[in-house]
Amino acid sequence: MPENSVSADLQTESHKMVEWTDFERDTIQDIFSRIEYDVVGPAALARCLVVYPWTQRYFGGFGNLYNAAAIKGNPMVSKHGTTILHGLDRAVKNMDDIKNTYAELSVLHSEKLHVDPDNFKLLADCLTIVVAAQLGNEFTGEVQAAFQKFLAVVVSSLGRQYH
Amino acid sequence: MLSNQEKMLIVQIWERLTPVAEEIGADALLRMFACFPGSKTYFSHLDISRGSPHLLSLGKKIVLALAEGSKDISQLTVTLAPLQIMHAYQLRIDPTNFKLLSHCMLVALSCHMRDDFTAVAHAAMDKYLSAFAAVLAEKYR
Repeated sequence: MPENSVSADLQTESHKMVEWTDFERDTIQDIFSRIEYDVVGPAALARCLVVYPWTQRYFGGFGNLYNAAAIKGNPMVSKHGTTILHGLDRAVKNMDDIKNTYAELSVLHSEKLHVDPDNFKLLADCLTIVVAAQLGNEFTGEVQAAFQKFLAVVVSSLGRQYH
Repeated sequence: MLSNQEKMLIVQIWERLTPVAEEIGADALLRMFACFPGSKTYFSHLDISRGSPHLLSLGKKIVLALAEGSKDISQLTVTLAPLQIMHAYQLRIDPTNFKLLSHCMLVALSCHMRDDFTAVAHAAMDKYLSAFAAVLAEKYR
């Protein structure tokens, strides 16, 4: 387990919904309205494959992942990165029921793709750092906290159907 | 495992950031306090609000220690010996918090350096911060 992966597991009881403050809701909507999905998505996935190279195990069919430049320029990585960001959009539009929004995707990642759910945290951390670079000083500690909470709920939902 | 190229990259980054050590260090700490409120419990005796002298001084110390350590990573155990003792016997900060601060340091670097904080730089720095944290915790038990 890499030393610095920190997107926390969010323990949600089945009857309790995640509560969002107005600031958190506004922050999430604002961030996702400002970022370019086909820039941030590819950058985040590429970064994950570079920073945590063992994650490449899930992308055997993607061709050349030999070094950072190859990963960055790989069209399959870019396409999949964009797909992932659009997948996050579903949670952005459904913040009050992220758990059910991702039930099917969770099953898919578990039963078909066999992805260790720890990997979701790694990607979430890379996404945080890419968004930080995009927003610069506007990505304040408070904004970061809201963004990380959102990603933690997503990560938890994606891991929920594993058994 | 750090390649020679990565070590050079790490040295370059800290050299570039040393003049703004206070700013970067304080930013990383504030992010950690906002995102991981449990980390604030170690600072109840200080004023850690934005801009406070305590926060700036602490932030500066942390960044300067990271910069110093980066100059010879193979000697981290020697360079950090006094800090190891301080953290193990006096501060006794749970080492989980080192990971939290490391993450927030990476975010601070990303906000500050933007596109210059490339994936390769990120990978190198993440490895360095992990090694630093591991050495810092060595004397805990």
